Amino acid sequence: MDVRFINPFLEATIDVLKTMAFIEPSPGRPYLKNDSLAIGDVSGIIGFTGAATGSMALSFSEGCILKIVSNMLGEDIKEINGDIKDAVGEITNMVSGAARKKLESLGLSISAAIPTVVAGKGHSVSHIMGGPSIIIPFETEQGPFVVDVCVDEMK
Amino acid sequence: MGSDKNMKILIVDDFATMRKVIKNLLRQIGYQDVIEAEDGVHALKELKSQKIDFVISDWNMPNMTGIELLRAVRADSELSSLPFLMVTAESLKENVVEAVKAGVSNYIVKPFTAEVLNEKIKKIIEKQ
Repeated sequence: MDVRFINPFLEATIDVLKTMAFIEPSPGRPYLKNDSLAIGDVSGIIGFTGAATGSMALSFSEGCILKIVSNMLGEDIKEINGDIKDAVGEITNMVSGAARKKLESLGLSISAAIPTVVAGKGHSVSHIMGGPSIIIPFETEQGPFVVDVCVDEMK
Repeated sequence: MGSDKNMKILIVDDFATMRKVIKNLLRQIGYQDVIEAEDGVHALKELKSQKIDFVISDWNMPNMTGIELLRAVRADSELSSLPFLMVTAESLKENVVEAVKAGVSNYIVKPFTAEVLNEKIKKIIEKQ
């Protein structure tokens, strides 16, 4: 995967969570992942087509997503419920939109599909391109989450 | 219309959480009279059945998208001058051009703060 794809997703993730949930996550060092096992308890996945093809997943630990969505909605949410899944879909949508805007400035015009959300311990995230994917890990006070990106420029 | 904090605002979004987020932001900036619709079809029903002063609509929705709702509103003689703010995760130039051509009042890209939303609403109302 082209490393130029990392920064747009990293910056978009920080921007969305800062603006919508008032949380500033700290990014760690990106690494390659070869299996499809999700790293979090709930994941939002979205596919891309156009100048680049592939998919992106956001996988959140339970503590982390409960805090994010509680902040977004202004109410205390204590378990992964319909509101959480709905919000993960919307966050995935927003990160994808913000990242695609940054990619457009690199000359890559990309369209996105509608996100899907999967929850549960040990669920899997399958990328359209197969893999491996790049994991950008983030830490928050309430727990970790990752951005899992598998995108390649169309030649 | 002035900056009328009593105006009735319709939020159209297929994501219930996003409707709640926008509702919270509107409350923060002083707008309390807010109703919701889950897509363009339901939004049109609301618009036909009661007096609504302002529409805040998502772009990507099933059944009837935000741009289709906007075109339907502009084509209806009773609703054609209704202020319409499009909210979207898309900020591609071609989308902005399409929305402007369809008669959008203004355009806001997610994610956004209460301050940005307030500015957009004020600008639209000033132009009315």
